[in-house]
Order: sequence, then structure tokens, then C-alpha cells
Amino acid sequence: MSEGRPNVNWILKRCFPVFAALALAVPFSCARAAARPAASPAGQEPCGTVTVAAASDLSYAMNEIAANFGKATGCAVRLSTGSSGNFLVQIENGAPFDVFFSADIAYPKKLEAEGLAAPGSTYLYAVGKIVLWVRNDSRLDVGKGLALLRDPSIRKIAIANPEHAPYGRAAVQALRNAGVYDAVKGRLVLGENISQTAQFVESGDADAGVLALSLVLSPALQGKGRSWNIPENLYAPIRQGAVIPRGSRNPQGARKFLDYMKTPAAARLLQRYGFVLPAGGKS
Amino acid sequence: MNWQAIALSLKLAISVAGILLAVGLPIAYWLTFSRWRWKFLVEAVVALPLVLPPTVLGYYILVGLGPRNLPGKIWESWFGHTLPFTFGGLLVGSVLYSLPFAVQPIIAGFETVDRRLIEASWTLGASRLRTFFRVILPLSATGVVAGTVLSFAHTIGEFGVVLMVGGNIPGVTRTVSIDIYDQALAGNYSAANQTALLLLLFSFLVLSIIYGTNRRALGLWRKA
Repeated sequence: MSEGRPNVNWILKRCFPVFAALALAVPFSCARAAARPAASPAGQEPCGTVTVAAASDLSYAMNEIAANFGKATGCAVRLSTGSSGNFLVQIENGAPFDVFFSADIAYPKKLEAEGLAAPGSTYLYAVGKIVLWVRNDSRLDVGKGLALLRDPSIRKIAIANPEHAPYGRAAVQALRNAGVYDAVKGRLVLGENISQTAQFVESGDADAGVLALSLVLSPALQGKGRSWNIPENLYAPIRQGAVIPRGSRNPQGARKFLDYMKTPAAARLLQRYGFVLPAGGKS
Repeated sequence: MNWQAIALSLKLAISVAGILLAVGLPIAYWLTFSRWRWKFLVEAVVALPLVLPPTVLGYYILVGLGPRNLPGKIWESWFGHTLPFTFGGLLVGSVLYSLPFAVQPIIAGFETVDRRLIEASWTLGASRLRTFFRVILPLSATGVVAGTVLSFAHTIGEFGVVLMVGGNIPGVTRTVSIDIYDQALAGNYSAANQTALLLLLFSFLVLSIIYGTNRRALGLWRKA
């Protein structure tokens, strides 16, 4: 065979350093991440590190709560925020979260049903609300409510993905009950979670969005737009539940964190972010 | 099985492969034969997407080309809409993201062409363009095919950029990889399994074709 012709092996050889670097980087970074908890001496942390998975509507509230909890107890908190549905799938497949704050109480209950959490242990920590939101520089008048979305000058309306995000499901219910769903469905863009949905509107890429009140009241969005509270009779309450998965490596720390969520200080903070607190906390 | 998502991914991948073939050939030609001393900077830019996280590219398209920034405003005044949440947005993102997958194999192909053949063609009076199509391209066809197939396959498998700028619109921006992600998050494991298996077989088939059609592999068949 003449060496004058290119072949794939030769091409791959050219790129080999890149592939090799990638192949080495992955196990190394994993090994380091795994080694970290063991490296910190247990004596300095009375309850070690609590790894918290929180729905993205809690992004800002949970940051403050975690910081306050750390000050009050000396525990370290490792906070992950994201889509509740994603966390559910991850926990079902062995993710090492110590406590899971879902935006939808159905997800922790599913963990219970699957034997991945103690039966009856799900705690209803808050009820979320949705609002219609536009940026300050928008000409749209949010005072018109959901009927505003019929306006043909609106090209993109952001909601969370109703297939797996509770805020998206509530948004679709509200749009249907307000009788505008068919008029808007061709203009909907779906955020992977409620934070991405907010970001779609905040960046101006979408003209309006149905967002979580907790995000609209957060430092990231406060003062940047106008909102209209969607009447609660238009959608089923967004009941949010928390649970300690069986796979938790620090159940004592997780228990402390859940207890802290029930203190008046944490409750005030959640209310400041627009969450409604359930009376008894029992689900 | 979500055939709409599969059709969309195929449409996107074919468009990307076509554009990258047209754009990749001149870029690869210049990178192979230029003697400019700063050429390494251009090489670095072309290879950037190999290393760059897709989120960085997605972020720039979403925010930089959004309606609040100058590039986005210019785009909007020309085309009447901004790039995010459109097929065009996915196309721009995918072309940039797959650029090195097309260009690098083509360069590898060009570099193996015997320089003396090219110069012989020139001295016999053939123009540079004619030399390119009659001498260089036929001798480096394997590299060109590999570049095109790789950019096609890489686009089918793209996820991060699409997740960031797509907005998950059925038939417009919900590609196969996003569809699998949605199915998995919604707990529809059987649907996710089907589509995932299809993509696995597809990827295996594509790589088999690339490896199977290289001359050394064909030679093994002939000997047997």
C-alpha cells in the first residue's frame, strides 16, 4: 500500500494527543473529587458535609439558607441546583445526595414508593407560585394578564418543559385554563428547568415568560422586569417536597438540615422569596 | 420513537456536513499550503471547538447574539429575528462546533499528497484550481470523506449547544439527543432506550463505514 494516501489511522494519530489528554483528564478529576471528603478531618466539621440537591426555583433562597445553616451549625453544605426530574433520575441511579428538595412533591414520593427513601418521610416544605414576567424594556403591559400573550408582536414565550418540570406543568395548566394555550403553543420555547426559562426571558431572547415567583424576587431578576401574579385558581398548587434518600452518606447532617428548614428563620426567608408555607408541614 | 426529532437531526446534520464540506476545503487548503508565519493562530482558532465546552459556544450565541447586544441587533435587523430558538441558530452553532471535525481530517488528507505531483501539474500549465480538483482532491478523497462523515455524525450527537440555545421546540429545535434527555428526565425509560439504542447502532455503523472503507482495511479483504 502506498503511503501517499491518507487513512483514518493516520488522522487519528494526529489527534491522539488531544484524545489522550481527555482520556486522562476524566479519571483524574473523578479521583480527586472522590478523595476530597475523606481528606477533610472530621473533627473540624461537627456534622461533616451535607450534599443538597435543590430544584432550581430554590437557587437563590437555598444559597442563603445554606449559608445561615452553616453559620448556625458549623456544618458544610455542598449545594447542587437543577431540574427536579434530573435529580430524581440521578438519585434513582445512585447519586450521593444527602437531601433532595424537589419542586414537585410527587418525586420524593416516588422515591418512597421505590424503596429509595423511608416511607412517609417526605416533608412538604413550601408551595410555589408562578408569575407572568417581561423585561423592563418591553412595551408589553403585563397588567393585561395571560390574555396579553395573544398579542401577535410576541414571538417567543418561555415556559419550563412541562414534561418534567413542575413549573412548566403549572404554566401549561394556567395557559389552558385562561383559554390562550392554542393561541400561544406555536410560540412556546421550553427551558430545561425554571432557571433556564428565566434566563431565556432575562437575556431578551424570549419576549415573555411564565416564571417562578421565587426567581422573580431573587437578586438576579429583581428590578429588571415587571410581573403579573397568575391567579392560583388557574393551576394546581406547586407542592414542593423534600426527602432524605436511602443512599445518603450523611443522614444525620441531612436530618439537621431538614430540621433547620422548619425553623422560623428559614421560614421567613422562604416567604421573602414568595413561597407559601404549609401549615403543619405534613404531606 | 420520535421520528420528528430524528428527521430534524438528520436535516441538521446533512446541512452542517454540506456547509462544512464547502467551507472546510478552502480552509484546509490554506492551512496546508500557506507559509504565513502566524498560521498557527488560525490553526488554534479552527481547533478551538475540540477543547471548548459547548456551553461556552451556547452562551455566546444566546447572549452575544441575543437582542440586547450589538451583534444580535445587527442580525435581527438583517434577518428579522434573532438566532436562539431557531433552526438557523442550531445550524450556526453546529457548524462552528463541528468545524475541526471536518477540517482536520481534510488537512491530514492534503498533507499526504506528494508535493512533487502538485508541482508537476503546475509546471505542465494547469491552474491552481485545476490542480486542486484534478490532482489534490482525488489523492486525498479518503480524508475529505472522513471529514464530511465525522462532521455529520458529530452533529447528530451534539447536545450541549442545542440544550442551551434551542428552547426545545418540537420539529424546530428538539433534536434526537434532546429527545432522549427529555424521555430520561420524564421517566420514559422504554422510549429513551429505543432511541438511545438506535443512536448507538447508528454511531457504530458510521464508524464502521469510515474504518471499513480505508484502503488498508479493503486490502485485507482482497488478500483473503
